[in-house]
Amino acid sequence: MAAKQVNPTRMELTRLKKKRITAIRGHKLLKDKRDELMRQYLDIVRENMEVRVKVEAGIKSANRNFVIAKAGMSEAALNTALMAPKQEIALEPGGKNVMSVDIPTFEYKMRTADENDIYSYGFAFTSSDLDGAVKSLADVLPAMIRLAEVEKACQLMAAEIEKTRRRVNALEHVIIPETEESIKYITMKLDENERSTQIRLMKVKDMMLEEAHHYSEK
Amino acid sequence: MYKIAVVGDYDSIYGFAAVGLDICPVKDREEMRGRLKQLAEDGYGIIYITEKAAEELGSGLDEYRERRLPAVIQIPGVSGNTGAGVEGVKKTVEQAVGSDILFGGIGE
Repeated sequence: MAAKQVNPTRMELTRLKKKRITAIRGHKLLKDKRDELMRQYLDIVRENMEVRVKVEAGIKSANRNFVIAKAGMSEAALNTALMAPKQEIALEPGGKNVMSVDIPTFEYKMRTADENDIYSYGFAFTSSDLDGAVKSLADVLPAMIRLAEVEKACQLMAAEIEKTRRRVNALEHVIIPETEESIKYITMKLDENERSTQIRLMKVKDMMLEEAHHYSEK
Repeated sequence: MYKIAVVGDYDSIYGFAAVGLDICPVKDREEMRGRLKQLAEDGYGIIYITEKAAEELGSGLDEYRERRLPAVIQIPGVSGNTGAGVEGVKKTVEQAVGSDILFGGIGE
């Protein structure tokens, strides 16, 4: 029995057949989309993990350097040294399209090309540990930006994969079987009607012949 | 043109100012939530947040996960690495694949 009530008419049957064709096509396309997304996702998530481990190690050692630097000088001097940064970083907005997922890309540009502009202080009143600390942080920065890029890509793609997977499953396990069930129901019903009409005609014909020739009396 | 911000306790993030990131020292949870929202609307492309701050925020970060921008990225703070960042990556794998088939052994 069909899950929902359908009208057993030819028009409904044609409509349902069209719906089934569309659903099967959509199912195939979405399945392909899911597979391709998954393939790209697995590549990128491995990179994500690698970069993350690298960045975390980098930041950890940079933090250690900063703690040492802080120990070697007064808090006020440290704050003053870092108060007015010379360097500034800006991101170029960009994006790429992976299987209709809009993924942002980050190209960064420093305000000045000079590498030494990360030192925003005169060297006279700061400890040399601070220079090393700042340098170690600057070294890990490109990896940090790459991390932001891949991690965002991973999050967006994971959400999209989840959505696509739900759609594939809904089509495969709900929409398509339901439509097929309805088609079967209508076909059966129409065939049944056909047969009952046939039988009725045969009966009527018998009755008319009986009327004309009186077979049963002979 | 997007900018980059770092959110967290002052001791963990002051160094980032030198390399050209904007720092936002925050203390309590409410302030953090407000600042994060403000930064997201202000055209910041990447917001780095210390794992400790992220932990305090809790589910407040989830709304940024599925948005295109900003990318909210957890980094370890000065008090050490809590593993929340790695956990976040595993969470995406779980979301995409259904279970964590890649990094089962990492970070435990």
